[in-house]
Amino acid sequence: MKIAESWLREWVNPGLDTEALGHQLTMLGHEVDGIEYEGTALDGVQVAEVLDVRPHPDADRLRICTVSTGAAETIEVVCGAPNVYKGMKSALATPGVTLPNGVKLRKSKIRGVVSNGMLCSAIELGLGEEADGILDLPADAAAGTPFAAYLELPDAVIDIDLTPNRGDCFSVLGIARDVAALTGAVLKNSDVEPVAATIESILPVAVADPAGCPAFAGRLVRGIDPGAVTPLWMVERLRRSGFRAIHPVVDITNFVMLELGQPMHGYDAALVQGGLLVRLAVAGESVDLLDGKTVSLQPGTLVVTDDSGPVGLAGIMGGAGTAVSDQTVDVFFEAAFWSQDFMAGRARSYSLHTDASLRFERGVDPDGQARAVERATGLLLEIAGGNAGPLVLTESLDEKPKRAAIVLREEQLAKLLGVTVDAADVSDILDRLGLANTRTDSGWEVLAPSHRFDIVREVDLIEEVARIYGYDRIPEHSQVVASRLLPVTETSVDSELAAATLVSRDYTEVITYSFVDADDDRAINGSSTELVLDNPISSEMSVMRSSLWSGLLRAAAGNLARQQDRVRFFEIGKSFHGSLQQTDERLRLGGLACGPAFPEQWGIKSQPIDFFDIKSDVQALLRLAGTASEFSFAPLVHPALQPGQAAEIFRNGDAIGVMGKLHPRHNKQFGLKSAVYLFELDADKTLAAKVPIAKSVSRFPTIRRDIAVLVQESVTAEQLSVALADAAPGLIQTVRIFDIYQGAGVEAGLKSVAIGLILQETSRTLTDQDADAAQAAAVQKLHQEFAAVLRD
Amino acid sequence: MQALDELLETAVSKVDAARDPASLDAVRVQYLGKKGELTERLKSLSQLSSAERPAAGQAINRVKQELQQRINERRELLDNAVLEQKLAADAIDVSLPGRGQDLGARHPVSRAMQRIEAIFRNAGFGVRSGPEIEDDFHNFTALNIPENHPARAAHDTFYFPGGKLLRTHTSPVQIRSIVEEGVPIRIIAPGRVYRCDSDQTHTPMFHQVEGLVIDENVSFANLKAVLHQFVEAFFERKAELRFRPSYFPFTEPSAEVDVRWSGEKWLEILGCGMVHPNVLESSGIDPERYTGYAFGIGIERLAMLRYEVADLRTFFENDLRFLRQFR
Repeated sequence: MKIAESWLREWVNPGLDTEALGHQLTMLGHEVDGIEYEGTALDGVQVAEVLDVRPHPDADRLRICTVSTGAAETIEVVCGAPNVYKGMKSALATPGVTLPNGVKLRKSKIRGVVSNGMLCSAIELGLGEEADGILDLPADAAAGTPFAAYLELPDAVIDIDLTPNRGDCFSVLGIARDVAALTGAVLKNSDVEPVAATIESILPVAVADPAGCPAFAGRLVRGIDPGAVTPLWMVERLRRSGFRAIHPVVDITNFVMLELGQPMHGYDAALVQGGLLVRLAVAGESVDLLDGKTVSLQPGTLVVTDDSGPVGLAGIMGGAGTAVSDQTVDVFFEAAFWSQDFMAGRARSYSLHTDASLRFERGVDPDGQARAVERATGLLLEIAGGNAGPLVLTESLDEKPKRAAIVLREEQLAKLLGVTVDAADVSDILDRLGLANTRTDSGWEVLAPSHRFDIVREVDLIEEVARIYGYDRIPEHSQVVASRLLPVTETSVDSELAAATLVSRDYTEVITYSFVDADDDRAINGSSTELVLDNPISSEMSVMRSSLWSGLLRAAAGNLARQQDRVRFFEIGKSFHGSLQQTDERLRLGGLACGPAFPEQWGIKSQPIDFFDIKSDVQALLRLAGTASEFSFAPLVHPALQPGQAAEIFRNGDAIGVMGKLHPRHNKQFGLKSAVYLFELDADKTLAAKVPIAKSVSRFPTIRRDIAVLVQESVTAEQLSVALADAAPGLIQTVRIFDIYQGAGVEAGLKSVAIGLILQETSRTLTDQDADAAQAAAVQKLHQEFAAVLRD
Repeated sequence: MQALDELLETAVSKVDAARDPASLDAVRVQYLGKKGELTERLKSLSQLSSAERPAAGQAINRVKQELQQRINERRELLDNAVLEQKLAADAIDVSLPGRGQDLGARHPVSRAMQRIEAIFRNAGFGVRSGPEIEDDFHNFTALNIPENHPARAAHDTFYFPGGKLLRTHTSPVQIRSIVEEGVPIRIIAPGRVYRCDSDQTHTPMFHQVEGLVIDENVSFANLKAVLHQFVEAFFERKAELRFRPSYFPFTEPSAEVDVRWSGEKWLEILGCGMVHPNVLESSGIDPERYTGYAFGIGIERLAMLRYEVADLRTFFENDLRFLRQFR
């Protein structure tokens, strides 16, 4: 909310300069987003009267004006504005003056005629972004008055970020009340003078739904001057508050809303058919709004109707059919208390967002309607004349918010804040906030005023006391907690260790968005996820990722495009599965590597990364939490991966992840040219750990026997290793495959596998005979299981 | 026959003249070999009388020992020279880089998160997590933000068809943890959160860490202390904190906290407050007996300040050149 300092000071004027006032507002909980100073560079600009206007001899669009600033000598200026007229009061800048836009005026010749100054527009004076020619000041503006003084400039516009709980502060009055409470400065103007009725005319108002509209204040004003214009002082206040002047009646309702916080509406009473009825809309109804749009009404929406049907969307926007115009002579003011329950979310459901709806959603003073109508009536009579009818308040006391006394306990106050505030100070703070209170033995009994509808329980009062007392006066006390030692688990490996392991293997961590492009996700997953956002930022961020790979691939592509030839990324984050009813989130460890296996260096010949490079990285992760024998890798068919270079990873038979080479047909989808390898592990399953149980280490020497066998090429290394592990129980400690050969000397479809068997007994030294027997058993086992043939 | 002294002198000069192990060995053979000159002399002792023999034998053996020692010394010298020559040939350019993988890097947001966790763990806080796809109840209603509450408008929530949503803050973990664990409770909950907002100072996903302490007699003064200590622990420097009244539906009193280092500007870093009794009640906790505080810290904000990152969006561009600075 923008609020002009000059306006605020009219209501409360503490002994603080602008910056200090802004600081106090912030410290009250009304955060000041910014302060903009206006009219600080208007020195030398004066109010001037145009005494004479003559055509320019050499230019059709220019006029020569004789203007006076009240001094004996008049000034000749050339003026190009079409709206200049004889007798006009405007703003004159003379040579030597620098305008807010930085232009320094000099005496100049315009098409051969000397101009001794410039009549200025609002834009040139830094007073707005639009102007229809030069400023046309009211006739009573005294020539020679410094222009800044005339407009009560300079002024500061304070932009306040109001919190949603303080609807009562959505006005000059509201902010002034809080400033008065904090500083002790007097709150002025809060009583509005009632305007006596001079005619008896009323516009009948009925409220069919008092729960939605517990109070409706209305008043008819007849016979206003349709040619009246909004005075400059009001135009300026509205402008500084971010409002444009439109029509005196509209301007007055906006002005009252800004000043008192009560949104209003002004009808052209002549266009209202019959009386007004407030009721809920029924299906099939529609209303033409002031903004030119027609909306179909949702049943349950509060509307104001006349005999012709709905003429306004209650608390949101008035209707076009009864709008005021330059023909309007009879005006009806509406100031209603639309209940928050009915207003909440309503404007949004129509994709509307107005200053009125914002205020009603946050709540307005349930007793503030009559005051607003009185204020508006007074202003209208002053600006446009006319005769006011009586103010009519249609009220349902039963439906108005109830206020009950709240008990504030001294003990609870001290307990929650951690400081004892002197009881006299508490009483004073409550008084200053207008919270009627009586002292009891243990605290206070408090009744909040109507505008403090946010105060409903004790804690609300505690906050108010703390706010005015000052958060900075509450001391810091460390909480005393019984010290307990917490276990440090070994049943799972901290993901920090996994991250550190990957970092040590030259992987860089990335954080990619949890929502990805639907096509990307489908390419990885092979099917479409159900988890599609209703309101994504963009289509590239519209579905919840079922794998970390799409994000990693996009991140890699971005870096490859930035001339990085080697990218190794990992991410620890969730993937999302399941249905909208039953979502399933899993923490994943994902990785990507592409480019050379090692960074370019003198000591290693550059070679592209392959499956076994990243397998080594994956195995390093697996071994953080388990022994090698727990894990197995099996060939896998996966929509994202190249067949024959994809593996599913198992831990004790339970699938825990996948790895492999990105299917070349996906390279284009992700904008990648070279081979990319990927892995993804379920973090919880991978990092679950057991406490290691030590076995004694054999003191006896090992014997190594190497064998080479011919097997079908489909037989996997893991199958061979598993078979050998129990070929000679207790003897074969380690199986090491140290060569795979296919080519000359080996029949096509077969492969030669060279295997080292490391033999050892825990209780004795092995003999050659033991080793021979173990070797024979190994060969026999491979023969049985895989028809392996020993190679010479 | 040559005097023993002279023989030793001659032999020693030959030892000293030997330039390599082979010629030294030739000298050894000449004097100490099976048919060497000193060996022959020892053999000829038998020709002496038994009275002369011991003295003569001693003399020869002394010379023999002396020579052997000189030869050994010379050999060591020559061997060392050979070794040094060989080592000189093996010299390398030690300034060449080492072989193998480089070192990767941790994302600065994770790095900051890890430090935040460490600070609170050390003070006895548990670390909790919760779902990122949340329901309306945990993200809003249970946090005293009923349907159509004006505070909802400020949350820019991502929704799924059917009403589920991406959590807009880590606060739902408060509710889940209170319900699961009961009170007293001292936890933090770091994680990803989402808001439907994307511009220079907002990314649609970012990270928060929630803090929650509920116990008997927990006060706003305790909250002020813990946050001041946290800020100084995280930034490793003295800091001034300013608590400003603010509004969060799930805490009351609520505060925004600004931090300032000597002579610098106030910077907004987090929001906090005393857990609202409505929140306690909706989780079955008696607000008469228990009070608590909660806070929510934007991790990117802290990381930006700590590592002097000027633009929030940099964190999610995943540019290696940026990330590799955080090794």
